Amino acid sequence: MTDVTALERPRSQWADVWSQFKSHKGAMLGLIVLALIVAFVFIGPWLWRIDPKYVNPDAVQMIKTRNKPPSWDHPLGTDQLGRDMLARMMAGGRVSLAVGMVAMVISMVIGGFIGLIAGFYRRLDGPLMRLTDMFLALPLLPLLLVLMMLFRDSLAGLLGPEAGTFLLIVMAIGVTSWMQAARIVRGQVLAIKEREFVLAARSIGVPPRRIILRHILPNVMSSVMVAATLGIAGAIITESVLSFLGLGFPPDFPTWGRLLFDGVEYMQLYPSRVIFPGLAISLTVLSVNYIGDGLRDALDPRIRGR
Amino acid sequence: MLTYTIRRLLLAIPTLLLISLVIFLLVDLAPGSPMSEIPLTVPPEVRLKMIKAMGADQPVFIRYFLWLKQFFIVEPSYIIDSWFGTNLGGDQQRILSWQSRAPVFDVIGQRLPQTLTVVGTAYFIGILIALPIGVYSAYRQYSWFDQMGTLFAMIGYSVPTFFTGVVLIIVFAVNLQWFPSIYDTTLKITDWSSFLKQVHQMVLPVTVLALFNAAEISRYTRSSMLENLGQDYARTARAKGMSERTVVLKHVLRNSMIPVVTVIALGLPTVFGGAIITEQVFKVNGIGAALIGAIHANDLPMVQTLAFIFAVLIVLFNLIADILYGILDPRIRYD
Repeated sequence: MTDVTALERPRSQWADVWSQFKSHKGAMLGLIVLALIVAFVFIGPWLWRIDPKYVNPDAVQMIKTRNKPPSWDHPLGTDQLGRDMLARMMAGGRVSLAVGMVAMVISMVIGGFIGLIAGFYRRLDGPLMRLTDMFLALPLLPLLLVLMMLFRDSLAGLLGPEAGTFLLIVMAIGVTSWMQAARIVRGQVLAIKEREFVLAARSIGVPPRRIILRHILPNVMSSVMVAATLGIAGAIITESVLSFLGLGFPPDFPTWGRLLFDGVEYMQLYPSRVIFPGLAISLTVLSVNYIGDGLRDALDPRIRGR
Repeated sequence: MLTYTIRRLLLAIPTLLLISLVIFLLVDLAPGSPMSEIPLTVPPEVRLKMIKAMGADQPVFIRYFLWLKQFFIVEPSYIIDSWFGTNLGGDQQRILSWQSRAPVFDVIGQRLPQTLTVVGTAYFIGILIALPIGVYSAYRQYSWFDQMGTLFAMIGYSVPTFFTGVVLIIVFAVNLQWFPSIYDTTLKITDWSSFLKQVHQMVLPVTVLALFNAAEISRYTRSSMLENLGQDYARTARAKGMSERTVVLKHVLRNSMIPVVTVIALGLPTVFGGAIITEQVFKVNGIGAALIGAIHANDLPMVQTLAFIFAVLIVLFNLIADILYGILDPRIRYD
């Protein structure tokens, strides 16, 4: 027992994954850029204390301060109502990122659940996969637009314009984007179900619910993580598309997509008002996609450790 | 193969019926119905008449079956009538738009050519760009060209099309003034100069869509080529002393095209969805614009019909992709 220290410490699985992830240059760069964006959006408002919704109540002052080019007072200029663009970018990013995260969680929960159940119980496999196929055949963008048109006003009346729209967008994106995750999880469960450790668990009388939660779920987590990362990117894009088509958040509630939509009207005179929100969306999605790419390589044991 | 095709076609019918029911119920049972759009100052009896004139006072399932009949029986017979001059349709009720009181299919017939010109050209050009990039990236894996190709693909599907569109408008339409920013749908191609004008105004929207499509297809081509370049038959071909050109472009490329062709077929319906955004950016008056307009105007028959047409396209191209895969790859046997 004395020479334990001489042995190399056993490396955990996650240390392996991390060391593989670090060697993916694009993924590391993506992680850094994403961290900077998150810091800008969440820590920024504490340093830059201008209210993004502040419109000068004095009309003369408001007209004087609107559509200003970048200056020290307003590093990204002001919009058509004299609101500070930097503060609006921060507020918009918070909403965009929150929509991406929450919608991803919803779609992973639905997709993971359906995938696990379909893979584990053979009787449910057929019907659930037909359901997945049907959802894949739905025209998603038109349906999302229709959902937004039909439910926005009533939900906004129920929960207030901001919470209502947020809930609707997040639910709509989650319900229309779980299919890939369900297919991936089902495929993995089908393979894992036949492995010896599941047979061992079954033979000592572990109930199916425990087998799924303790033995199968941890083994599919890695592919769920990759799907989740890519899901965030997809959800952010979908939200900005909805906002861009005028069917997203209400006008006084900034998100990056909404800012871009508002900026399009003024794009000939003030192109920066379109460029900044668009760049923010693109950079976020690009870095998230690169992180997903790196994660996929890092979590794949065939590639890891080469 | 034939039995498989027939089985898939038969399976597509219940799928489509289910989808049409979902779309119909979703649009119909939602709280924001068009009835609530009628101003409250309209007297109740007039309101009742308006609802009746739109046929919205019938129970849901009757309207659903009526719509099904109109979509699958009445409208096709009108199309046949207009082609052959027969009179199958008679004077049966067609699906009418609530905005314009015109038959929905007439509106779609007017709008579809605009979408098809832009989307079709863009998809074609996208494929033409994507294939060489994918092939060369795979052939020189991890070279600087491959790295650039990866970056190009990543940017291509990370940057949303509305942003690329807007940036292109700012650079090429506003600053350089090379191309118009708005697509003129009334332009008729009669002679060489109007054809040039059409090409001129198509450049920006087609570029946006083509870049987006090329990104995805080039990735698929690359991974498919990589898989085949490592196969034994490629080594055999080289060992026989064939030129590198023949090995790559004849043997490997042909086999790599099998999955790529199916991806191309699968991608077509989503391209129509993506075109909704591009049409909005460049003000192309296609079916995407018709859908957005109908949504803003609460025009339920138009929205239902267009959404269902998108669904039919998706199911149809899924089927085509599967069958193509079976025809092209002799290793795949469905029966």
